[in-house]
Parts: sequence; C-alpha cells; structure tokens
Amino acid sequence: MTAANVADTMRDRFARVTSKLVDEDPRLAVVLAEIGVSGLRRAMRRHPDRVINVGIREQLMISAAAGLALSGLRPIAHSYAPFLVERPFEQVKLDLAHQGLGAILVSVGSSYDWPEGGRTHQAPEDVALIDTLPDWTIHVPGHPDEAEILLRDAVVGDGNVYLRLSAGANLEPMPIEPGRFHIVRRGSQATVIAVGPMLDPTLEASADLDVTMLYAATIRPFDGDTLRAELQAPAVVLVEPYLQGTSAMWVSEALRDTSHRLLSIGVRRMEHRRYGTAEQHDQAHCLDVGSLRHRISRFLAGPLSGAV
Amino acid sequence: MTDLPTAPAPGSTSPLGYADLPRLIGLMAGDEKHSTSADSTLDVLWVLYDRVLDVRLEALDDPDRDRFLLSKGHGPMSYYAVLAAKGFIPIETLATFGAYDSPLGHHPDRMLIPGVEISSGSLGHGLPIGVGLALGLRSRARKSRVIVLVGDAELDEGSNHEAIALAGRLRLDRLTVVAVDNRSATYGWPGGIARRFEVEGWASATVDGHDHAALEAALAAEHSGQPDVVVAVVGEGT
Repeated sequence: MTAANVADTMRDRFARVTSKLVDEDPRLAVVLAEIGVSGLRRAMRRHPDRVINVGIREQLMISAAAGLALSGLRPIAHSYAPFLVERPFEQVKLDLAHQGLGAILVSVGSSYDWPEGGRTHQAPEDVALIDTLPDWTIHVPGHPDEAEILLRDAVVGDGNVYLRLSAGANLEPMPIEPGRFHIVRRGSQATVIAVGPMLDPTLEASADLDVTMLYAATIRPFDGDTLRAELQAPAVVLVEPYLQGTSAMWVSEALRDTSHRLLSIGVRRMEHRRYGTAEQHDQAHCLDVGSLRHRISRFLAGPLSGAV
Repeated sequence: MTDLPTAPAPGSTSPLGYADLPRLIGLMAGDEKHSTSADSTLDVLWVLYDRVLDVRLEALDDPDRDRFLLSKGHGPMSYYAVLAAKGFIPIETLATFGAYDSPLGHHPDRMLIPGVEISSGSLGHGLPIGVGLALGLRSRARKSRVIVLVGDAELDEGSNHEAIALAGRLRLDRLTVVAVDNRSATYGWPGGIARRFEVEGWASATVDGHDHAALEAALAAEHSGQPDVVVAVVGEGT
C-alpha cells in the first residue's frame, strides 16, 4: 500500500473532478465535515446550497446528505474513513437505504494512510462494516484514473456507493469496468484476487507463480461470475487492503458447490499501537511483497492444489 | 367496529374532523386508551395537517409541497389517525396497526405509507435530515417549508444539536421545528427549549400545545432569514 510515484493522488483527483462535476450537473451535491474543504473551496463559493461544509459534525454530514437526496439531488459525502463510516454508522444505515435514498460516500485515509495519526485515523474495518448493509456498491480503486472512472460512474446512478480512496496506488491504471473483476493474467494453480492498491505488490510477489490474477476495483457487488468462470484450480487467494477476510463470505458464496481452499490476506485484526510509516505497517500485517510471496507460495503447496 | 368512520373520498371537501380522531386512534389501540406520546402530539399534528401544511392527497409528489418530518416516531397513532382523517391512509388499514403485513408499524416507514416523508423511530434523525432537505430545496429555488416534529426528550440526542447549530448559521428560513414539550427529558432544558435554539440564531415561539389557534398562528408565521422553533407545551406526562 505504498504511495506510488503518480502525477496526482486519488484525493487530489477527487477534488478536481468533483469541482468540475458540480459545475456541470445541477443535481450533484457535496457535504463535507471540515475535512476536504481546501480542495473544494471554489465549488463551495459557487454552489453554497449544494456544496456544504457542516463543520465537525459527522452525523449531520450523513443525514444532510440524505435530506439533499430527499430533495432530488445526488449527494456525495466525503471525509476521513473512520469519520465517514464508523462514527455516523447509524445514519448510514437508517438515513440512506432504509429511507429508500442513495448517496456516494467517498473516504480518504484507508486502513493506515497516516500511520503517525494512530488508531483514531485508521479504518481497516470500513468495508466490512458497509458490507453488513444491503445493496451497496463498494469501489476500491488502485489508481487516480480508476478513482475518476468510478466516481463518474457513481454520480450518474442513484444507489448507495462507497468509494474508498487511498494514498497507496498502483503504478499504472487497469482498464477497469465498474462492477467487474479485470483478468490481469491467467494461470493454473490458483486464482488470486487483488483488490485496489494491493495489485502491484501482489503481482510482484507472484511474478513467477502459475496463478490467475484477477483485479478488483469494485469489490461489492462481488463479481462471483468472473471468479467462477476463471477458476482453474480449487484454490483462491484474496488480497485485500482492509480487514483480513472481509470478502471471504462472498468467495464461499460464489463457490458454494465447489470444494475449495481459501487464503484471506488483509489487515490483521489487532490493536496495533505503532506509528511510523505505511511500509512498516505493511510489514506488521504481512502485506509487504516478501510476506505476500511467502504466504501465497506456502498456500499453493498445500493440499487439494490440483485442477477443479 | 360498528362506529367505523367513513373514509373521505379522494379530493373530498368534507374530510373527517378533529372530533373523529379519538375513534380512529381507538381502532389502533383496541380501545379508547392511547399512549402518552400519541396524546402529546395529537393537537399539533391536527393543526399542521388541517391548517398549516400545503400537502395534497392528489399531489403527493409535487416538488413544491411542504415537507412534514415526524422525527419523534414513537407513538405514531396520532399521526396515523390524522393521516387517515385526511385520506392518506384508508380507515380500515388502521385496524392492522403493528400486524406483520401492515404498512403501519409502531414507527412509521416512508416506503410503506404514501405521504410519510421520512421513516423514523431512532431518535435524532429527523432534524438533521430536515437541514439537508431544506438546503436541497433552497438550491432548487423551491419555496416549500420543512417542518420537523421533535420531542423534548428527543433533544437529548446530540445529533439534533449539530443540526440546530448549522441551520441557524445557514439561515434556513424555510425550516421550522415544532418541539412538543411534555417535560419528559430526564435532565430537562434549563432556561427552556426555546433558548437552546435562540442562541443558535433561531426565532422562537412557545405556545400551549393544545391551543389550536395559538399553534396555527405560531406555525404559520414567516421568519425571514432565520429558522424557527415552535415549542408546544403540553401537560407533563401527557
């Protein structure tokens, strides 16, 4: 989840594209809770009733987004992941889907983009939490170009979308189709699903391994059709940049009539009281290239590694 | 069931009246007894639907309609009775209150009842939604009013105070809160509920929550440049 050497960040791209979109689309609204204001200041001046900073009031941020949707607008709510998803979770649950309303929640910070910030600014649980709710689309882009494609796709819809931006990014964008896994390469020993910014380290870790590599920039709905169609061996490796095992249930569901083995790789469930760098946290969670290679290789050598 | 009131025909000019409400509530309660929260809001709800709100049965999707948000979703029998008296809910549906396949739960659901603008039940959601709704309507140059009913104890929820502060700063003058005060908040509101809103820039009026003329005057008042709260005081424990 190392920050890539790309021209801009997902966060920058979000601010730039959103500012443009609110000029073009009178149906679009944005709600902020202080975080992200600097990138959208001009849009706030131009559209004071639909690009709104509510102050440090995260419950209100989500409820106001719901109210904007009730008035017929398409709202985006944007903040740091723990303050967007975890703190106002009841508002996310009740004021959006339960009311029959849709919004786009765009987070930054991901699992530990700011390790020095400590636990309060880390949200590896966010995707799992949203996944408890029905009918959400969850995008985890791995590159600013993908973030833009997924944002534009979300804006023209009317459902609930969680767009999880991260500082970590892959060097190159993938030719993604929103909602589908992209087939990066095909192999015979296992199917690896790399999510968002985990693609580059996972590709490097498995460069000489005989595996199919699927890339997910959209993880909900879970593209079980592509997984089933591409499955060559009854072994699946999930590599997710958030809580380990978050998508394990969906792999089981997709392969419910197929005996299979599953290795779930992701951020470990622990109170990790360390600061430092994202690279150090990758190592602590065994998400660095060396650890990924070791874990995937060992899994491939396990039982039932033959063909389906 | 022999005294079942007749539902008004759509567009009828002679709907049921205030005097019919106890019988309608009785259809849900099973007898003439009904809960404290149903009782405390009955007059406010009646005045809103009979005299204040611009909502019409035949134009439920009119973008210019007024929006009434019942935030205090507990004790919705008065609400359902008023909606039935005005023709939004068939009278015979009231008797299904709380049944598995009834649209009428013990907290209202906007997806099940035509004319209900929000689903409520968990306290402290209606006013924050109302702030977003008022902003959205203002951005679309709609003149609709947004009227949110809360209870005094509901104001314990901190989410309300996020909304009260912002609505005052943003001068949401099409937003009205009617706070039904039956002094049920355990720790109360020293200095009164109205002051809590006034300090954030709201206009306020405090009236007898059973006095229809006073409620109508307060709820119909225009407040240019600031949102307003109408504190409807009802008897303690009613």
